[in-house]
Amino acid sequence: MVLRGRSHRFGDDINTDYIIAGKYKFKTLDMDELAKHVMEDLDPGFHARLKPGDFIVAGKNFGCGSSREQAPLALIHSKVGAVIAASFARLFYRNAVNTGLPVVECDTSGILDGDELEVDLCRGTVHNLTRGITVNASPLPRFMQRIFEDGGLAAHIRKHGGFHLGL
Amino acid sequence: MGKTIAEKILSTHSGNDARAGDIVLADVDFVMGQDGTSPLAIKAFRDMGGERVFDPAKVAMVIDHGAPSPNEGTANLHKLMRDFAREQGIILYDIGEGVCHQLIPERGHVVPGDLVIGADSHTCTYGGLGAFSTGVGSTDLAAALITGKTWLKVPESMKIVCRGRLPAGTYSKDLALYLAGRLTASGATYMSCEFCGEAVGHLGVDARFTLCNMAVEMGAKAGIIAPSGEVLAWVRGRSKKKFHPVFADEDARYADAREFDVSRLVPQVARPHKVDQVCDAQDLSGVEIHQAFIGTCTNGRLEDLRVAAAILEGKTVHRSVRLVVAPASKQVLMGALREGVLKILLEAGATVLVPGCGPCVGTHAGVPADGEVVISTANRNFKGRMGNSAAEIYLASPATVAASAITGKITDPRKFLG
Repeated sequence: MVLRGRSHRFGDDINTDYIIAGKYKFKTLDMDELAKHVMEDLDPGFHARLKPGDFIVAGKNFGCGSSREQAPLALIHSKVGAVIAASFARLFYRNAVNTGLPVVECDTSGILDGDELEVDLCRGTVHNLTRGITVNASPLPRFMQRIFEDGGLAAHIRKHGGFHLGL
Repeated sequence: MGKTIAEKILSTHSGNDARAGDIVLADVDFVMGQDGTSPLAIKAFRDMGGERVFDPAKVAMVIDHGAPSPNEGTANLHKLMRDFAREQGIILYDIGEGVCHQLIPERGHVVPGDLVIGADSHTCTYGGLGAFSTGVGSTDLAAALITGKTWLKVPESMKIVCRGRLPAGTYSKDLALYLAGRLTASGATYMSCEFCGEAVGHLGVDARFTLCNMAVEMGAKAGIIAPSGEVLAWVRGRSKKKFHPVFADEDARYADAREFDVSRLVPQVARPHKVDQVCDAQDLSGVEIHQAFIGTCTNGRLEDLRVAAAILEGKTVHRSVRLVVAPASKQVLMGALREGVLKILLEAGATVLVPGCGPCVGTHAGVPADGEVVISTANRNFKGRMGNSAAEIYLASPATVAASAITGKITDPRKFLG
């Protein structure tokens, strides 16, 4: 799967309260409603500028903080193509795979705000078209690929009647 | 080669000789969800084709983050939880019972050596009893509701040795903030932190919960303390479950071992908007505050309220400060009532809320105004965390928060302690 879009650059330690604030997430399961508020406390105009397929690009420890699955879900519903970060907090990474949000862990130091990127999820590469640089990403562990390829953990459990991770 | 506490607990629960880096499918002893995560888990449970939970006695849902409900949206999600709990026969802790991370240990659902997952990042709190407990998302919770299992990467362990005894006026919260400052918000990512050393060994049960609660603020998957005799007696007084305490082997392999001499620790404060921006309370002594909050899964326990009351006894909260107190559970509230702690807090000018999460996560009951400064005993000070991105949040111990409530400025509590 090859994704193409523009980079929206963020820094280190972007927590899940910034991705979707607690004051919204306790009220509703309507993810399209939550999607309007992604990154609001950090960048109030973010949702308005976001185009379908755009990437969130960040430094280390993206998604630290709470266990809220509303964070990856709100990003999916705001049409973010993938999150590309130098590293992820474990809960966010796990929730992203479980819900089907592509997450790519690689060196993001050469990606600036607005860069045009092409992300090959199968080959694990991020090609910066604006700067002509390609970096390799750390691959998803094989059993997590199974969950992702099944369409997330809910679909995985439904399909196999339980965990089928090939451990 | 010996094993860490995490490796031992994940070995017994997966039936494998589990070593750091292995992926295991493990049986869980207890699973928990709260009102911010359970509704999505119920939805995922249905999406997965779930009909019955694996064991209703091993599942609890807790209505604590926005309780009682502040608006119709939250009310409807609470109803969804109540309906599901009735349908499945699982344990439901409704409004006013308390914060999930106080209730699960207090009501005897977790014992040393257990493996517990909860759809809340501070599930790592139960490491204070010597359990391996960690946060998961709603879909992982749903999978565990159906199968009684979860997959886990066996974490590498970091041994955090705290030498010396904590000096008067400093508490496990100061230790937790100090460690977060030294190790940073991502310093223990994916790891199990084993806290040990003289300072940790002497911590009481409530203080152990505080320290393990904050392990996730360093990115850790779990924080664990080997149980003391006091812990074992505490658990036996609350749980009928049989258990076997787990200790690390002498020759266990740690990815990292860090030593800190804490015998000269002074009260610590985390500055806005990051938990690892930590400094001495005395370095912030000019900062005016508008709201002081004592509560949460980090510091809303009886020991915390006692410490605050000892400082507030016979004193009055500063006229430009609102002191908000949310006991971590109904049992904590009753204890505070019995001991006269509640009377002291109320007479000093505190507003006491329903047991639960209080204003920690910005859902209700104490959202700060634009430009206001809050000092809180919670675990997170992210911008907007308490519901207003134009407010600032400092994190500190109950003693520092109580002292600051009296003076109206961030205050080192030692001057109030004889």
